[in-house]
Order: sequence, then C-alpha cells, then structure tokens
Amino acid sequence: MMAMKTSDEQFKERVEKNLNDSFMRGAISAAQARFQTRRQARVEELGNWEEWRAHGEEIRKHVLENLDAYLYELSENVEKRGGHVFFAKTKEEASDYIKNIATQKQAKKIVKSKSMVTEEINLNAELEEIGCKVVETDLAEFILQLNDHEPPSHIIVPSLHKNRRQIREIFAKAGYDKSEQPEEMALFARKTLRQEYLTADIGITGCNFAIAESGTVTLVTNEGNADLVSALPKTQIVVMGMERIVPTFEEMEVLVSLLTRSSVGQRLTSYVTLLTGPKGEYETDGPEEFHLVIVDNGRSKILGSEFQPILQCIRCAACVNVCPVYRHVGGHTYGSIYSGPIGAVLSPLLGGYEDFKELPYASSLCGACTEVCPVKIPLHQLLHLHRQKIVEQEGKAPISERLIMKAFGLGASSSPLFNVAAKVASPIMSPFARDDKITSGPGPLKAWTEVRDFPAPNKESFRHWMKQRQKGEKS
Amino acid sequence: MTIQNRDEFLNQIAKSLGRPVKTKVERPVWKHAPQLEVLKNASQDELVEVLKQQCQNIHTTFVQTDTANLPNVLQQVVTDFGGESVITWNDERFEKFGVKKLMEIWPETGIKVYEWNPDTPKENIRQAEQANIGITISEMTLAESATAMLCSHPKRGRAMNFLPQNMIVLIPKSTIVPRMTQAAQKIHQQIEKGQQLPSCILFMSGPSNSADIESVLIVGVHGPVNATYIVIEDQ
Ligand code: SF4
Repeated sequence: MMAMKTSDEQFKERVEKNLNDSFMRGAISAAQARFQTRRQARVEELGNWEEWRAHGEEIRKHVLENLDAYLYELSENVEKRGGHVFFAKTKEEASDYIKNIATQKQAKKIVKSKSMVTEEINLNAELEEIGCKVVETDLAEFILQLNDHEPPSHIIVPSLHKNRRQIREIFAKAGYDKSEQPEEMALFARKTLRQEYLTADIGITGCNFAIAESGTVTLVTNEGNADLVSALPKTQIVVMGMERIVPTFEEMEVLVSLLTRSSVGQRLTSYVTLLTGPKGEYETDGPEEFHLVIVDNGRSKILGSEFQPILQCIRCAACVNVCPVYRHVGGHTYGSIYSGPIGAVLSPLLGGYEDFKELPYASSLCGACTEVCPVKIPLHQLLHLHRQKIVEQEGKAPISERLIMKAFGLGASSSPLFNVAAKVASPIMSPFARDDKITSGPGPLKAWTEVRDFPAPNKESFRHWMKQRQKGEKS
Repeated sequence: MTIQNRDEFLNQIAKSLGRPVKTKVERPVWKHAPQLEVLKNASQDELVEVLKQQCQNIHTTFVQTDTANLPNVLQQVVTDFGGESVITWNDERFEKFGVKKLMEIWPETGIKVYEWNPDTPKENIRQAEQANIGITISEMTLAESATAMLCSHPKRGRAMNFLPQNMIVLIPKSTIVPRMTQAAQKIHQQIEKGQQLPSCILFMSGPSNSADIESVLIVGVHGPVNATYIVIEDQ
C-alpha cells in the first residue's frame, strides 16, 4: 500500500461500503456536532475572532514566502543546540534516514506519538520491515494499530469512526476483559503503554510548529504520551512537514491558540511542550540524541503554484468537522490519510490526480470549510481549481452525476441533504446563476457544470440547516 | 551534529518561489495583534479569578492561601490525595514558602519523599513511576488557560510531570500573567539576549485527558489523573 493512499479499492466501492456502515455514520455525526459546539464557544468568547484569523493568515503567508530563510535559521539553531537536521526531499529519503538511525542504535522498540507526516512517509511499515517493534501511544492510534493497522479517518481523532463497543472488541485482542466504559478502556491503554515508554530505544514524534529563532519543536497534545515519548528513550526523532514553521515564540503562541480553539475547542491543550535539542549536560531525562527530519515529499511543488495557500494549514480539522460531505461518507471514503476538505485539496497535490482525482468532487462547495479555517485558506475555491484542472486534463469529470448525487447525499430526494444541495454551492458561482440554476459557466465553473446543472448558492439556508440539524442531535 | 542535504533542499524552495535562495529574513511588523487584547488591563486579583474559573473547565482543583497557612493547606491536599509517596525537587523556594520543614517530617508520618537527583538517573524514573504525588512550582502562570510553566533542569526532570498519579503545582501569585502571549514575549526576549533555553519548557493545563473514544472526555490518560493548583499570596 502506498503511504498517502489508505485503500486499493475503487472510489465507488469505498463510497458504497462506508454509506452502508451506519455505526460509523452515527459516530461521525455525533462527533462533528460536539466538535462544532466546543469550537464555537471558544471562538465566540474571544470577541474578535476575525482579527485572530487575519493574524494567523498573515503569519502563515509570510512564512511560506520566506520558507528557505526560516528553514535555514531553524537548522542552524538546532545544530547549535547539539541536534542533527536531515532535509528529506522524498518520503524514501526520510524513512531511510530514520531506518539508518534505528539500525545504528540496534533499536528493538520504538514508541511514537501521533504524527500525520509519519503516516505520509509510511514510517511504521518501513521500520517494521527492518525488525523494529513500533508502538503507537496516542489512544486513538493505539486503537487503530491494535485493529490490524487500520488507517486513520480523521486528522485529529484518527479513530473517530469507532464506537465504544468496537473499541472494546479491539482491546480484547490484547487481553482486555473489562467494560466498554471509556475511562476503564483508557486505563488499560495507560497501563499497557507505560511499560512501552520505559523500555523503548527510540521515541518518534511529529511537530506542530518548529520555531526558527531557537531551533525549538512545539508539540500540542492532551494525553501526555508525546511527552513520555520524548522524555524517556535515549534517542528522539522529530519528523516535520517543511512548512510547519514560525519565526519566533510569539508567532508560535498565536498559532497554538488558533489550533487548540479550532481543533478541540480548548483555550490550550493540557500540554504545549517546547523541546530544544537533546537534554542538557547534567539533566537526567530527555534524549541524549536529537534528530529533526524535515520533509518535502511534494510540498515544494505546491509552493509557488495557485495551490500555495493550502500550505498555510495548521491541521486543526475544523474544516473536517463542519463538512457535510465528510459527515455523510466518513473519513475512509477519501482513501487518503488526509480526509475532509483539507484532504480533498491536499491529497491530489501530494499523491497525484491518478489516485485522488475524485476527491475534489467530494464537496458540496458550500464554503463552510473556508469560513471556519483559522488561517483563512480558501478551501472551496481550491477544490474548484482542482476540478477545473482535472477536467482540462481528462476532458471530463471523473465521476458520474448519479454517483456524486448518491455518494454525497446531494441528490436523492429521500436524503435530508437534498434540500441543502438544492440551495448551496460556491458563492463564486452566483454571478452565473439564472433562475436559481447554474446552467453553464466559464472558467472554474466548467468542471462542475459539466457534471450537472447545479442549483445556485444560498449560504444562509445551509447554515440554517446545520443549526437545525445540530439541535436535532442534541435533543 | 550535522545538517544534511540543506542546500539542495532550500534551492528547490527558492526555485518554486521564483527567486534566488534566501538565508535571512526580517520578521515584519504584523498588521494584527489580537492576542494583546486578551485580559489587557486585568489586575492581579482579577487574573487569579480568571485562573480559578478556568480550573473548573480543566478538571483541576483550585486552592488559594497566604504563605503562612501554606504548610497546612499543602498537608491537606497531600492527605486528600492519599499521601503515600511524593516526588519533588530540591528548590530553595520550598524553604522560602515555609514547606521545606513539612516535607522533612513526612517520612515520619509514613509519606515517602524523593527529590529528583542529578546523580541518579535510573532511580529518578523508578521513583517518579511509583510516586503517588508530584509537587512542582510554576515559573510563569497563564490565567486564561490555567496553565503552569515548568522548565527542565538537572534538578527538575521532565518525567516527574507525567509519571505520578497526582500533581500539585504551587503557583506564586506574582507569576500569574494574562495568557501565553506574555510568556512567549519573555522567552523571545531571552533568546534575543542570547540566553540558553531549557531543553524542555512545558505549559501544563491540568491533568492529562483524551476525547478519543466517542469524543467523551476522559480525564487521566498517560499523564497525571488529578491536579491541584495552590495559589500562594507572595506579594
Ligand atoms: S485547512 Fe484550515 S480548517 Fe482545515 S485543517 Fe487546515 S487549518 Fe484547519
């Protein structure tokens, strides 16, 4: 299996399969509602959220425009503090470097905290191939790993599609024989994983934001596993996507605030950990050796293109949590480790149209994602751009009208989404709307209008619908 | 200490951006600064109130005391957590707050006390792993998010913030600032002055938690299960 790709099934088959999984759909729908409520509260209490978003956007834009300079500064400072920096152009280079360290250290056991970029470079499988035992320590990742390495369905909560009964069954494989109470199951994970941290040779973490001015790595977490992964093993390896960088502590702080409020609706997560190099000379815990692996893996191709804004992403999943299509079909349908609107834009860029050309069609273009994005990425416009390019390349849209309607609940009159679909579409379409229908459109509209006459947009009715739907779920 | 493949990597970035490679850039003056508005003119007492309120959201017990009564309060909190064993660090501030003596008599009352020791790495972890309670002191405290800042040091390990079942953090009132903004500013200034950062700076807000199972909040996952903050009137 390829690294980005999580399924070899055809897109159509995945859609069918996931639509039939009513357990999963219930879990997703409930989780989305909870995420949205929490995020909303944290955003409203600030009173000037738009100002925050504008600041987040200006920071991310500036960093991308000057990425080489900031990566230079970062690497200098990591080195000054006694760390090693490896720039990896491809996923193979990244995983080879890490495998080399594992071999040198004769590492038998490696503990990991959640990191999407290590999924992207297929690191676990690579390390297992050379005989290392790799243990995921984030609760959600632990669940999926026990379930025969099931792929993640959400970028913040990879096991979002699982309910407690299923989790209990998965834990039973590892000898769990207690109730399906979340607390009891978490305690089992705590006990099981404690021994793993204490006996691991290498700890691997991701990186939410690297800080150029000091060579510091920021980890934003709630469970405490990432801290144990970085405190106990003798060697620490941090893997970061090359764009996850800020100039100084001051910008880090702003982006962390945007991230925690948007993703989990908390003012801050339980832990925001700032790691600079290996442990100090007389310190008794923390790694003796510190490696930072900076991964390109297709990102430099996005840089300088019309899709550059997607690199502003801070992986908060707010867009995923409001997406009606994600709610309808679930994360696995996307067939990529990155799902939801961010996944629909990013996966075809990193993984190619060959495998992911349907994803830009997994959207009602309602614009809800763009509205919540804390760094103001114009997600639905980028989805549009993809469609345009795909049609230009292939001469037609890759999926049929009937399938779009069915897959994304956009058409079948029995679907509760029907009325929404009838009213929403991208606001950028409005100029071409006639009689509430868009019949044809130039440029970016072409892709969509080739598929069908799509109803003209009306964002208000979409929001109204979401509100109604949330109310319905709470009662 | 090595840096590998940097030139080629940065050249590729510069090429994508359509300009020669840059290794230096001035941070711009930002157009926006919403973070400076949060709790802007709050007094120290108001900040304590914000901290106290936020403790409820993060499942953390909040206690406030003057220095004189701190030993009694600390004894009570330790007793409530079931006593047994305490891990802490050697710090003159414990003396200053008048709790050093209390810690010294704990062993006589059946409470084991271990101080993180730069000379015994293995024993530190073993003790932290078995400790019922960890006691630390916040360097800087963020009111908005009820967050304690803890820095690594030869005498103050990282793992002792995570391995014990229960955490007690002493919070001198003078360390409370509105939010992370002020801590970030201070650290940034230290870096500009050329000061060396601790290898680990931890911003900790209450006990560990997770919402990974049906998005139900579980308090206490890999890190501590309970936390109590003791705010000390030290001004
Ligand atoms: S695209 Fe925006 S909303 Fe979506 S994950 Fe990235 S930062 Fe968050």
